[in-house]
Amino acid sequence: MSMLSIKGITKRFGGVTAVDDVSFEVFEGTIHAVIGPNGAGKSTAFNVMTGFDKPDAGTVTFEGETITGLKPHRIVKRGVVRTFQNTMLFDEMTALENVLVGMHVRTRVGFLGAALVLPGVRAEERLAREEAHRMLRVVGLDEEAGATAGDMPHGQRRLLEIARALGAGPKLMLLDEPAAGLNNAETAQLAETLRRIRDTGVTIVVVEHDMGLVMDVSDEIVVLNEGRKIAEGPPLLIQKDPAVIEAYLGEEALDA
Amino acid sequence: METSELLQLVIAGLKNGSIYALLALGFTIVYAATNVINFAQGEFYMLGGMFAVFAFTRFGLPLVLAVPVAVLVVAGIGVLFERLAIRPRKDAEPMALIIITVGGSLVFASLARHAFGSDALPLPEFTPGPSIPFAGAAIERQALWIWGIVLVTVAGLTFLYGKTRLGRAMRACMQNREAARLMGIDTARVVMISFGLAAALGALAGVAVTPLTSTRFDIGAGIAVKGFAAAILGGLGSPLAAVAGGLLLGLIEQAVIPFSSALKDVVALAVLLAVLFLRPQGLFRRSRREKV
Repeated sequence: MSMLSIKGITKRFGGVTAVDDVSFEVFEGTIHAVIGPNGAGKSTAFNVMTGFDKPDAGTVTFEGETITGLKPHRIVKRGVVRTFQNTMLFDEMTALENVLVGMHVRTRVGFLGAALVLPGVRAEERLAREEAHRMLRVVGLDEEAGATAGDMPHGQRRLLEIARALGAGPKLMLLDEPAAGLNNAETAQLAETLRRIRDTGVTIVVVEHDMGLVMDVSDEIVVLNEGRKIAEGPPLLIQKDPAVIEAYLGEEALDA
Repeated sequence: METSELLQLVIAGLKNGSIYALLALGFTIVYAATNVINFAQGEFYMLGGMFAVFAFTRFGLPLVLAVPVAVLVVAGIGVLFERLAIRPRKDAEPMALIIITVGGSLVFASLARHAFGSDALPLPEFTPGPSIPFAGAAIERQALWIWGIVLVTVAGLTFLYGKTRLGRAMRACMQNREAARLMGIDTARVVMISFGLAAALGALAGVAVTPLTSTRFDIGAGIAVKGFAAAILGGLGSPLAAVAGGLLLGLIEQAVIPFSSALKDVVALAVLLAVLFLRPQGLFRRSRREKV
């Protein structure tokens, strides 16, 4: 059975149909990319998939249960986390503290416990910090653990956001254009990080504009154009797909 | 002026300043969670003293019990105030919520008048005895208690914010509420706890100072202005800055006394206006460049 199942989602804004009857399945332990030229409906599809927007039609089910319309923190508790195009870090905290906040849902000590049971809190805090360091190592930022998030360069901030999302202990991680604004070296580091995360058993869905990254890391690709799914398959097939080539060539012609 | 006189002024400034510091912490904690200035903060101070007097004289509880009981009761009142007056309007503009807190302050003061009367009520010192001579000046024993309370409070808050899950959740809400919610933090709960904590600190200040000044139903508004000025001076940011703001305000007040003691109460307002005009981010906070 698939982990995440998108069935016939449609989303309209006024007279514009941003996403039109899109379906696909994401299987556990894979990196699944959603790509498409500008305005293809990637971001809208992403917001519907993560429960931020309600679809006008269709369903999104995670492990067999529907997650459309759930509150964000409920979705996180189910094991689904997302990152944003515009990073939303806690700028005045250190990198390590950002990850620790990301771990909030799975650390046990309750509000009163924190106020009253000091020794237990210390032990848990120590474990939590070790775990947070481990997350930073996964994205290659352990050396920056003490750096203030607001002072970090853009590339590191994107990686930090991924580490923070990992903190929630997700089964499924949805990344919105993680390579946006990264240079080639940073994109390569990102690709390596994503593979490492997949190999720890986390399923990844990535909505991305950067073709290099997508072809490099994806196990499976869904191509959207003008709100519709026009192709689906592994990278090698997608690269040769005439409909995909046409959609992207059309965009380049427009850009020129 | 003699050195000993100067020292006496400094001691008085640090004593009053510590009280302002505790109030400033209350303002800062609630502001961090809600972006609201809680003008009922001074009433928690008044109620702290009132309940301590009440528990001590009417119920005959020893001070060592009366004080924590008063602080806990007022913390509960703070939580209740949030549930009944703030949470139903939580999505309102901060200005509307600030007006609610001003209204709450009036309600608390008049309820206290009905419950406890309009006389000034005294409380014995925590450890009675003569003042302690110090380099030609004298330190009241109660002042030592007040300083001790401030030190323990700052240490406790530093631990809370820096080393605990709850403290990090509170800071996360302060920096980016939307992102905090996405991390699975129950922000409504953080707001409630912030009110409880702020009320407890206000009450603690009120209890600690009542042996020196007595308490009365109408002292809340006056002290709220000073606590607010101290909080603004500190920049409504870190707990340490709030305490520094409080101590500084206490010292500035003492500095004008040799010229005119009538000016003392104007100082807080003057400082408040000066900071808001010249350095709205407070004295200690570095301004961070905005990320796009």
